[in-house]
Amino acid sequence: MNIIVCIKQVPETTEVRINPETNTLIRDGVKSIINPFDMYAIEEAVRLKERFGGKVSVVTMGPPQAECALREAISMGADDGFLVCDRAFAGSDTWATSYTLAGAIRKMGAFDLIICGKQASDGDTAQVGPGIATHLDIPQVTYVKKIEEAGEKLMRVERMLEEGFEIIETPLPALITVVKEINDPRIPSLKGMMRAKSAKITMLGQKDLNLDTTQIGLCGSPTQVVKIFTPPQRQGGQMLQGETAEVAKQLVGLIKDEVN
Amino acid sequence: MAIKIILDKCTGCSLCVKTCPFGAIKVNASRKAEVDAVKCTLCGACVDACKFKAIELVKTQERCVMPGIENYKGIWVFIEQKKGKVQSVAYELLGKAHELAGKLGCQVSGVLIGHGMDDQLDELFWHGADNIYLVEAPELANFQDEPYTNILVELIKKHKPEIMLCGATAIGRSLISRVAITVNAGLTADCTSLDIDPKRKILLQTRPAFGGNIMATIISPNHRPQMSTVRHKVMQPMAPDKHRKGKVIRETFPSSLYVSRTRLLDIVEEVESLVNIAEADIIVSGGRGMGAKENFKILEELAHVLGAAVGSSRASVDAGWMPYSHQVGQTGRTVAPKIYFACGISGQIQHLVGMQSSKIIVAVNKDPEAPIFKIATYGILGDVMEVVPALTKAFKQALNK
Ligand SMILES: Cc1cc2nc3c(=O)[nH]c(=O)nc-3n(C[C@H](O)[C@H](O)[C@H](O)COP(=O)(O)OP(=O)(O)OC[C@H]3O[C@@H](n4cnc5c(N)ncnc54)[C@H](O)[C@@H]3O)c2cc1C
Ligand SMILES: Nc1ncnc2c1ncn2[C@@H]1O[C@H](COP(=O)(O)O)[C@@H](O)[C@H]1O
Repeated sequence: MNIIVCIKQVPETTEVRINPETNTLIRDGVKSIINPFDMYAIEEAVRLKERFGGKVSVVTMGPPQAECALREAISMGADDGFLVCDRAFAGSDTWATSYTLAGAIRKMGAFDLIICGKQASDGDTAQVGPGIATHLDIPQVTYVKKIEEAGEKLMRVERMLEEGFEIIETPLPALITVVKEINDPRIPSLKGMMRAKSAKITMLGQKDLNLDTTQIGLCGSPTQVVKIFTPPQRQGGQMLQGETAEVAKQLVGLIKDEVN
Repeated sequence: MAIKIILDKCTGCSLCVKTCPFGAIKVNASRKAEVDAVKCTLCGACVDACKFKAIELVKTQERCVMPGIENYKGIWVFIEQKKGKVQSVAYELLGKAHELAGKLGCQVSGVLIGHGMDDQLDELFWHGADNIYLVEAPELANFQDEPYTNILVELIKKHKPEIMLCGATAIGRSLISRVAITVNAGLTADCTSLDIDPKRKILLQTRPAFGGNIMATIISPNHRPQMSTVRHKVMQPMAPDKHRKGKVIRETFPSSLYVSRTRLLDIVEEVESLVNIAEADIIVSGGRGMGAKENFKILEELAHVLGAAVGSSRASVDAGWMPYSHQVGQTGRTVAPKIYFACGISGQIQHLVGMQSSKIIVAVNKDPEAPIFKIATYGILGDVMEVVPALTKAFKQALNK
């Protein structure tokens, strides 16, 4: 089974601040990590490879530094990495990102399955996975929490919804996005880390991909961010003092109207 | 055109600073050149001065404009249904759409796809819909990504709405992403506030990013429809007006559009998540401070008295005390109930981003320094094993249960 995993490099913490003068994000000194949900995607791909054989390729679109993320994925068991990187891709929103990644995936060769994380922790959009599937015109199953069965042509999965889950069968090739429940990502082995150091990373720029230049980067992005701001911080309120039974009564008096 | 500093190459040598005739460059705290776009005249003197090829004069791309956007009119709401029942998020969106339509002077239309939904149409009109586009067929009874996408795409191409809203639910986010790609529209995920720009008459979409630490306002001025998914429980449904009437527009499409490559084999409702935390008005959550799985019983008792759902921090999910579907936070669910009880939860940022827009937060913790107290509306310092049963008792009395 040939599997492609899409990963994104994100700031380690979500506690980012805005530079009030320039109105841009302060990213200095913030360490980058692989988007937490993409760790589950990598792990699931490696597990499938261990069961069925085949190959796992990881791809990321981002700045040159995103190469570290690819190497980390390889240390967990992926075979090779592709870095989609070009200044022409700067300013891409989810439309242009999924278009560009779909173009890169076409270039990467035949695949049976694409795995994405449920969403990225910086943008939280959950749009890029379905976007890639649509551009490639393949079926998708989002929010997968378990792969029940996988064969050469078909796969049966459980898709998480708000009040339970659906059991869905999809033909391959297909794209799935995965949630945390699906597995526990492994810690890279020493051997994996050694391999990652020397593994080959293929660079893909605009010239390598067969893309419509009006659909990439800023030009291909219908959305524009016009303002970013820090939401007003929630203020702490009141500490309730006294005997436990007293405090309980106080609280009931304060919030009873909200309970009905 | 713009001046671009290539940070990897910049050494902070400040040669460019000395060369710039307009005082528009400085070296910042992280020892990189920074251009003041207001003072900069794009003369290019710095480009030549830089010995490290770290400065470039670049052409900024123009944004593409979709032709014919002036022909798009009206606000649409995707009416999510499960097992033939319209979901509450749809009423919330109709309420918001009704308000926005007032500012634009246009109509609100719902799009309802399913089977045997006739009995709920009136209710949709009472809640703000002027029209309902109704697409019914037995094979459309349950949501499936492909047929629903095909239908929405066809409807959009035919009737050209200027705005399309959809719940930021599991179904909504999967579906609308596919639709937006296909019709080449801008899509903003998980909005918590929507408004109309009074001058340009375009949709202002505000949403949290970075787990809620930052808010961003986003527009899609050059494409139509302007599409957003909207967080559940944020918008208010309008008070139902039983005199409101509307028009039902039935649409049918060739059955080839109703075919799905994926096959829905079964829908399993999990007993433990029957009280869906995303829907609940009150949530009683427990963290590591609960000490053991058995102790969640006291939270269930309190929840029972309040008609609440039981939530959890990641620590208690990792300990195996609660199933993942109950986890609140960055890697779990985002919730915004009327009342959120945080019992034995320290209040780490990853937990806070999932619940800090709750109306009232009550925290029970034995550590006076616990960060949760900094954001709690009401804090109770004490042991959960003592405080929670006391709360259960007091509410039981007050509510006469
Ligand atoms: C990438 C990433 C994603 C994450 N996502 C999430 C997420 O989605 N949701 C989430 O919750 N966390 C998440 N976390 C973990 C988060 O950082 C915290 O570790 C977690 O929230 C801690 O859970 P807790 O508050 O239950 O436990 P602790 O931090 O251990 O807090 C326990 C609290 O209980 C109090 N306590 C102990 N005993 C008692 C008692 N008898 N009575 C009263 N109080 C008592 C203690 O004073 C303490 O404040 C994430 C972390 C990372 C790195
Ligand atoms: N720049 C990117 N490069 C590779 N994969 C990405 C990128 N952005 C998003 N993805 C994938 O799409 C998923 C959803 O991301 P998002 O839509 O940004 O929330 C992520 O978990 C990744 O699997």
